[in-house]
Amino acid sequence: MSTVEERVKKIVCEQLGVKESEVQNTSSFVEDLGADSLDTVELVMALEEEFETEIPDEEAEKLGTVQDAIDYIVAHT
Amino acid sequence: MSLQGKVALVTGATRGIGRAIAHELGRQGAEVVGTATSEGGADTITAGLKEAGIKGYGMVMNVADPDSIEAGLKQLTAESDAPLILVNNAGITRDNLLMRLKDDDWSAVLDTNLSSVFRLSKAVLRGMAKARWGRIINISSVVADMGNPGQGNYCAAKAGVEGFTRSLAKEMSNRGITANCVAPGFIDTDMTKKLDDKQRQAMLDIIPTGRLGDPGEVASVVAFLASDGAAYVTGETIHVNGGMYMG
Repeated sequence: MSTVEERVKKIVCEQLGVKESEVQNTSSFVEDLGADSLDTVELVMALEEEFETEIPDEEAEKLGTVQDAIDYIVAHT
Repeated sequence: MSLQGKVALVTGATRGIGRAIAHELGRQGAEVVGTATSEGGADTITAGLKEAGIKGYGMVMNVADPDSIEAGLKQLTAESDAPLILVNNAGITRDNLLMRLKDDDWSAVLDTNLSSVFRLSKAVLRGMAKARWGRIINISSVVADMGNPGQGNYCAAKAGVEGFTRSLAKEMSNRGITANCVAPGFIDTDMTKKLDDKQRQAMLDIIPTGRLGDPGEVASVVAFLASDGAAYVTGETIHVNGGMYMG
C-alpha cells in the first residue's frame, strides 16, 4: 500500500503532466509546477476521487503546495 | 462512424429537433441517451432508437430540477460510460407580451432553457476533462439574436445560452472540450405548429429559402459539431434558418 504522500504525488504528476523528480513537498502547484486555475480545480477533483473525500471550495483554495494537500488528506481521511 | 464508442446525452429527445439529433448522432455511431419529462416519452425514445437500430435508450429527466438531473446522470453512468457529447436541446415556450408576462412564465422558461444548460454542462465536464475530449452543443434560437415580440423570456434564455457557451468554450477548450450553439430558425416541429396561419405566413415571407426547415437539417449541423472534424470550432453559434437572419 502506497503512502498518502506517494499517492498525492502520483496524482499531481498525472494531472499536471510533470515528472516525479520535479515534485517536491514544498512545490507550489501554480508557481513551481505550472498549474493554471483549471488545473488546480481538476487536481482537487482527482484528489477527492482518489481519497474518497470531499474537499470544500474554501479548503481547496488553501491547498497551495504538495505538502498542503498531503496534510489535508492525512487530517481528513 | 466517427462517434463510435462515445455516449451522447440529448435532452428533450422525444420529438422534433431533439429526436432528429438523437437519431443522427446514433447514425454516426454514438450510443444515445435521450431524455424526456415522462415515462411515456422515455419509452417512445427507446422504441424509436431500437427501430432505427441505434444503441441507446430514453430516460426520464426534468431538466428544470437539479435533483432530477443528478438522479438521471447517476442512472446513466450506472448503465453507460460518462457522456462525452452533451446536446442541451430541451426547451419550452411560455409566450406572452411583456405587459402580460407572468413571473411564473419567466421563471419556467429560464429554468428549463437556461439554468438546465449550466447544470447539465457542469455535471458532464468532469468526465470530458478526464477524457480530454468533449462536445457540448446547445440549441439556441434565431430569436436570441433577432428578438421576437411575445418571447421576452425565451429570447432572454436563448441569448443567455449563447453567452454561457462562449464562456464555457474559453474555460474548457484547452482540454479538448468544445462548446458551441446551433441556432435554428423556423423548423417544422410541434413548437412551431402552435403558430397560427397568419404568423406562419409572416415568417415564410422573410425566409429566402421559402420553406420551413426540417429537424434533420438542424441535426446534421449538430453532428458536424460533435465530430472530430469540428475540433477547432468553439464558442461559435451556427445559424440554421434558411437565410431568414444572417447576422
